[in-house]
Amino acid sequence: MIGLAPGIALKHLLARRRQSFVSLSGIVLGVAFFLAVSSLMQGSENDFIRRLVDNSPHITIQDEFRNPRLQPVELLYPSGAIEVRRVKPLTETRGIRGYVQILEGLRTQQTLRASPVLAGQALVSFAGKDIAVSLNGMIPAEVNDVSTIQNYMIAGSVDALTVNPDGIILGDALARKLSLALGENVTVTAPTGEVHTFKILGLFHTGRADYDNTQTFADLKRVQALLKRLNRANTIIMKIDDPHRAHALADGIERRFGYKSISWQEANEDLMSTLTTRNIIMYTVVSAVLIVAAFGIYNVISTVVLEKQRDIAILKSMGFRARDIRRIFLIQGVLLGFAGSALGLPFGAGLMLALMQIRLKFPGSSDPVPLPIDWNWPQFAIAAAFAMGAALCASLLPARKAASVQPVDILRGAQ
Amino acid sequence: MTEAVIETERLTRRLAGEVTVTLVENASLAVHQGEFVAITGASGSGKSSLLYLLGLLDRPTSGRIWLRGDETSTLEEDALAGLRLAEVGFVFQFHFLLPEFSALENVMLPMQRLGRSPQPEIAARATELLGSLGLAGEAKKLPRQLSGGQSQRVAIARALANDPLLILADEPTGNLDTAASANVQRILMDLAHHYDRAVVVVTHDRDFAAAADHVIVMSDGRIRGE
Repeated sequence: MIGLAPGIALKHLLARRRQSFVSLSGIVLGVAFFLAVSSLMQGSENDFIRRLVDNSPHITIQDEFRNPRLQPVELLYPSGAIEVRRVKPLTETRGIRGYVQILEGLRTQQTLRASPVLAGQALVSFAGKDIAVSLNGMIPAEVNDVSTIQNYMIAGSVDALTVNPDGIILGDALARKLSLALGENVTVTAPTGEVHTFKILGLFHTGRADYDNTQTFADLKRVQALLKRLNRANTIIMKIDDPHRAHALADGIERRFGYKSISWQEANEDLMSTLTTRNIIMYTVVSAVLIVAAFGIYNVISTVVLEKQRDIAILKSMGFRARDIRRIFLIQGVLLGFAGSALGLPFGAGLMLALMQIRLKFPGSSDPVPLPIDWNWPQFAIAAAFAMGAALCASLLPARKAASVQPVDILRGAQ
Repeated sequence: MTEAVIETERLTRRLAGEVTVTLVENASLAVHQGEFVAITGASGSGKSSLLYLLGLLDRPTSGRIWLRGDETSTLEEDALAGLRLAEVGFVFQFHFLLPEFSALENVMLPMQRLGRSPQPEIAARATELLGSLGLAGEAKKLPRQLSGGQSQRVAIARALANDPLLILADEPTGNLDTAASANVQRILMDLAHHYDRAVVVVTHDRDFAAAADHVIVMSDGRIRGE
């Protein structure tokens, strides 16, 4: 048995089925499109962030300082009025000094995995073709803890570098460009003039054309020798259990070791702010659909209020209070919002399924990928809540008008 | 004489505007339990306005109203609505039944709003009321399926739903044929004389008024005679 006010509200709506159906259709479509678009946008954002978090280090220590290093006299008199002019830093080999000790310090934290990398430019040559690449020297036994490159291997493996330190791993696009295959030898020339021949022990395919064309991986010691930077690493890359703590952790690491430590959030600050802007635009646009639908609800409830002036007067003469009348018309809005959500959410889910069938090849990606859709419940909850909110807002004014009806004015006019 | 169910003292109602209109002026009266009072007068004499004041639907510009001895002039709107719900029953010239609700549902509405009884009891009382007014077979019908006389009897049943002491009827026979009119007249008089209600009826019908215990004659908003 439904309550008195919902019962009256329902009878009012059912009495004008066509109008109610039209305004309900508006809400159903609004909810469905809101859900489909917002889940697509959220899905693409999640996908983007997941790729970002998975494929890039959570924290990177670089061989540079955020601010110029303090001079000894400034450290000695931190509050003194000291000005040191014409400071010329010592010329030293680029790289993180004492990276082994820094790594030992970092590894005391259980939730953190770190590994050194020495990256530099090199030329890969084969059959008269030279291609500039980024040569990354890393410790093969550790790389799987801090990088997802193993997931993208299509031939060979990263572990093979442990057995054969004179091996190299290339992107499949680069190998194709040079007509190379697994097991073949390739010559790598460093800017220092050093030349070394590596055997191809693995091929990877990430789907990002730029990466697959330019990145190469080899053993750290070999790269240090090739670049003539022995016992140096220019970055330390880290993965942590909770990527969302990266920012705070990077701050602490930078304070402790002095080297610039950047979290994945900081490294992608511009992209993150773009995502925020994109979300604002998306919610504004899809909300407009529901706002238009809300006008439909306003229209139908306003009509009911106008047509039901006499009934409102009778209800008041019976002893219904102004707030009872207001409730009846607010419930009409809620009923339309609820029904609109109940029908709109499955319809929206259908649209989401249809969107998932679309596969697109994005620039920089080698394979067509399905549109990423976020199926998590908050998307459904946001769409339903927005519809309910819009419906409730649309019924507020007519409900207030109904509550303010003076029964005597209506009864006198009806005589 | 028992305590007055409704009593007024120098009741005045004016409508403010460019020209102030006086609807009721200095109306003092008392209606007791078991009494049947008719208010008559020419159109525009203030009969209905006085009835709305007695039914706490309208607020007087000045003067006071006591319902069962309690002063109502200072009460908030919600409190007045509560009194209307429990103590007053209205019957209008046009039955004013809610068109989407059946006869039974129309009668149940005031009881549901009062909320003192469970739903089955409310339905049983509404059925009993309709039966006592000769409408047992019409309970499920919508107002549009009822004749004028039947609709007016449903409206009376609705007015009686919460067992009020005061029944106010505004031209209850004004829209009915002779037979239906006589039936409604008999029901209202029975309510006063056999069921001890205070009944106030606004009517143009001289025969109806002549049958009342007291007749109040109004002219230009004033009570001219009883």
